[in-house]
Amino acid sequence: MPQLTRRQRHDQKIQRRSLVISGLSLVLVVFALYVLIPLAPGWQAVKTSFFNWDILVRTFPKLLSAFVVDLKIFLWSAPLIFVLSLSIALARNTNRPSLFPLRLFGALYTDLFRGVPVILLVYLIGFGIPGLGLARPYNSPYIWGTVALVLGYSAYVAEVFRAGIDSVHSSQIAASRSLGLSEGETLRYVVLPQAIRRQVPALMNFVIALLKDVALLSFIGPIEVLRQANVYKSLMANFTPYVGAAIIFLCVTIPITRYADYLMAKQRRQRIA
Amino acid sequence: MTAKLELKSVTKSFAQQKVVDDVSLTVATGEMVCLIGASGSGKSTLLRCVNLLEAIDDGEILLDGFDIAEPSLPPDPIRRRIGLVFQSFNLFPHLDVLSNITLAPCRVLGLEKSIARDQALDLLERFSLADKAYSYPDHLSGGQQQRVAIVRALAMEPELLLLDEITSALDPELIGEVLDVVRKLKAQQMTMLLATHEMSFAREIADTVCYLDRGRVVETGAPEQIFNDPVKQRTREFLARVSG
Repeated sequence: MPQLTRRQRHDQKIQRRSLVISGLSLVLVVFALYVLIPLAPGWQAVKTSFFNWDILVRTFPKLLSAFVVDLKIFLWSAPLIFVLSLSIALARNTNRPSLFPLRLFGALYTDLFRGVPVILLVYLIGFGIPGLGLARPYNSPYIWGTVALVLGYSAYVAEVFRAGIDSVHSSQIAASRSLGLSEGETLRYVVLPQAIRRQVPALMNFVIALLKDVALLSFIGPIEVLRQANVYKSLMANFTPYVGAAIIFLCVTIPITRYADYLMAKQRRQRIA
Repeated sequence: MTAKLELKSVTKSFAQQKVVDDVSLTVATGEMVCLIGASGSGKSTLLRCVNLLEAIDDGEILLDGFDIAEPSLPPDPIRRRIGLVFQSFNLFPHLDVLSNITLAPCRVLGLEKSIARDQALDLLERFSLADKAYSYPDHLSGGQQQRVAIVRALAMEPELLLLDEITSALDPELIGEVLDVVRKLKAQQMTMLLATHEMSFAREIADTVCYLDRGRVVETGAPEQIFNDPVKQRTREFLARVSG
């Protein structure tokens, strides 16, 4: 065995010590959760009303099919948000005098919709606009709920795109223009591809947030997973369906979160390299 | 020889400071003109003005006798006739080498994609870069990136090539391969205006050398005359400084 250097012996000692400490603290925390929580006076009641295996098994299939509604709303909202937010970002970046009204509108829009909680938008638009007395199918909460989500999210996502566009160095624009590409071609082929690529991790976080916020539409009607859980809760006088809904969300969001983290770490590595 | 490019009293200021001050200069067709001078003497700005990346305040820039500095002219059709290679390469990082080269020919000249690709591959072959066609800029050395940048400019078949300190960002051992490319272009009678810190290269390759100081042309002449027998005191001092 080769003789370790002073530094290696020192590092080894530190490493061993941190392993012991992290192992001990993990054991302590698990012990506390596992032993102390059941000692709480209300534990039995909580256990039967939140973690009831029978109820979970009985309600889960129906919850799962209700979750398909969430996925659908998500799947048509996300592309709309992409298009609207990119348009807003471009409108705010324009410096042509003829497009000044567009720029002003973009600024007003982001200020307004970033400043209002999404749940309030869902209420105001979801109840307000059908209240105008629109005929069926145009009073559908699916439509106006989607509109509320799209308007709320686009305001944030537009800022992400704008930051991405600003982050492309002016020398890239100079190189493109020097080759004879016009302003529009430069934006389309040089600036936007780099801007969007750079913002993928940030966009992934909005994907996750949107997926969860689809549940806000439960307040205005659609029988999606949260509303379905609500129905079961009333029916069975038990909160376990909520836990079931949470489990379904986690099964989808955790992989996406991991993937977003992976992308972010990869980007950080590239920036350092 | 006819003048490909003629600058007449070109002036450009940034915030009250004259960066290019009353510069007049001629580049004949097939000629290689080297701009020398200290950092901040206005060489780069002058090249950017010729490419219309900067708008000049006063003077004329004649390309084939036609004033391209006229403010009401659309710049894009003029820019495509003039190639510019930057100190920092400025390749598009999201595109591979081939797409970097074919982007402008396809979009600006409206070339068929397959034709543009064949032309690009030909050019890459000529400059010993054929094996890098599908690499991304980040995976190339600085010298390779700069050679690709030159090929990208050449793909537009420019009538005039502007080279802005193209070796200044390179490690010393990579400078040679880039200068070799310029020698090749010179042998093909490419009309070039080059800003450089490489005095020995300017001396070797230039038809005409132009010394700039604080935005003004101090002295213009054949390389032997400028380097061996400068007329102006300031040129003499500059050359003494850089040959250290």
